Amino acid sequence: MLTFLLEPFQYPFMQRGLLAVLIVGAVCAVIGTYVVLRGMAFFGDALAHSILPGIAVGYLVNGSGSLFWWALGTAVVASLGIGAVTRNTKIREDAAIGIIFAGMFALGIALISTVRTYSVDLTHFLFGDVLGVQAGDLWLSAAFGGLVILTIAALYKEFLVLSFDPILAQTLRMPVRLLDNILLVLTAVSIVVALQTVGVALMLAMLVTPASTAYLLTRRLPVMMLLAAALASLSGVVGLYVSYYWGVPSGAAIVLASTLIFGVVWYVRRGEWV
Amino acid sequence: MWKELERTNHLLRRVYAPHLPGTPILRLEHINLRYESGAALDDITFEVHTGERIAVIGPNGAGKSTLFKIIAGVLSPTSGEIHVYGGEPGAHVCIAYVPQRSQVDWNFPVTVADVVMMGRVGQLGLLRWPKASDWEKVYAALDVVHLRHLAKRQIRQLSGGQQQRMFIARALAQEAQLMLMDEPLTGLDVHSQEEVFAILDTLKEQNVTVLVALHDLKMAAERFDRIILLNRRIVAMGRPTEVFTTENLLEAYGGHVHLVYDEDKTLAVSDTCCGEGEEVH
Repeated sequence: MLTFLLEPFQYPFMQRGLLAVLIVGAVCAVIGTYVVLRGMAFFGDALAHSILPGIAVGYLVNGSGSLFWWALGTAVVASLGIGAVTRNTKIREDAAIGIIFAGMFALGIALISTVRTYSVDLTHFLFGDVLGVQAGDLWLSAAFGGLVILTIAALYKEFLVLSFDPILAQTLRMPVRLLDNILLVLTAVSIVVALQTVGVALMLAMLVTPASTAYLLTRRLPVMMLLAAALASLSGVVGLYVSYYWGVPSGAAIVLASTLIFGVVWYVRRGEWV
Repeated sequence: MWKELERTNHLLRRVYAPHLPGTPILRLEHINLRYESGAALDDITFEVHTGERIAVIGPNGAGKSTLFKIIAGVLSPTSGEIHVYGGEPGAHVCIAYVPQRSQVDWNFPVTVADVVMMGRVGQLGLLRWPKASDWEKVYAALDVVHLRHLAKRQIRQLSGGQQQRMFIARALAQEAQLMLMDEPLTGLDVHSQEEVFAILDTLKEQNVTVLVALHDLKMAAERFDRIILLNRRIVAMGRPTEVFTTENLLEAYGGHVHLVYDEDKTLAVSDTCCGEGEEVH
């Protein structure tokens, strides 16, 4: 049993993968708490898909060297752009997000298809490849993930008021628009941090599944964040084992693990309120 | 964006607007709010003095919530001026808006004490954590509304009356001097309504000024110093006996009102859009 558990981690790529899923799990789960509570799941999904053209352009310009920064730039621009469009249009918010999301994703696919050898890389962007994480990627993930967590901690009470009661935020003369945008950008950064682990297509699960599971288990926001981070990390580790022993792609394995945990918790706690 | 940065700066440095002595707590001058569909509020002018308890009465869609949101600074009027203690309302944190219970996400993972602490966020300023003195104020506010024993409960576990009192406690923790309460009695049983009024009496002793949006004409007539009868514009304003005349009520409620006189001159009014009979003596 011990060998079963320890064997995978004698390989450096598995050690890096382990660190990656722990970082990604914690960061996505904490920001995911706000995504779930504020009903921003569709926004998160759209944002993840909107990164694709940025990555494609980055690849065309510079090979795979600086993809993180291209992804980050695109995600930040897309998050603020989606925010602005949804605030300043007669079209309903979900439709506006849908238009941008599908358009950007299509552009990404079109760009990638212009180069034949892209097909392998495209799968990596879409579904992630945690076992291919390099040391440099890890440092970037840790730095930006840490930045997200620190910002959320520093603005904890402001984000709490903004999410629970936007009218109170206004009567207390808080800079509501600025705080809203900071939260959007933090979501964008988290998505980029998680990009290599789960990929664009399954990103939404990292944002909403652990946070929703935690939501069923607690009635306090800080506890919900900690629980979500713990559950996400657990899913990450389980996913790594599944990936190692059964050859399932890592992103899919991690998401399946967290979905399974959600299912169990939902079944146990169905019909009751904590 | 400039306004946002200014607000950020104010909150960081905890700069609040001064209260000019000898000025009314609230003065509205010719407030208009127009949407494409027409006027939501038309030429609203009135003054409120410290310690008054005023009922804002009017049919559904009369603009009661809109008026409160303008006073709270959540909506900007198309034209007109608002003065809070003689100054611009911009940097005041002494106005509290108590939301309708139907507007709140009761499944949000917060406790009663967490919600009341939200009232302290304005005084705390950006990037500062609550201190022991802030928690003392939170628990003092919970004592006023008799909810200390429920401080650690998730908010869904409260009854309707307790939920309403929790929001009053939040306004107290905010050290609000002007409280805007939007339909606080809707959906509460008689006992809970009485509890809310008992707390309002306590607030009056502390010179807190309260504006309450109400449906219930009888309650407005019995429990308030002054009435503002609103239907997009101010139909009448003053003591209940002056305001609740047949002409005024007909004007405010239009065709949706039934007036019935019985022998001892009781005027019975029903607002048919809400299906509830209401009486004024």
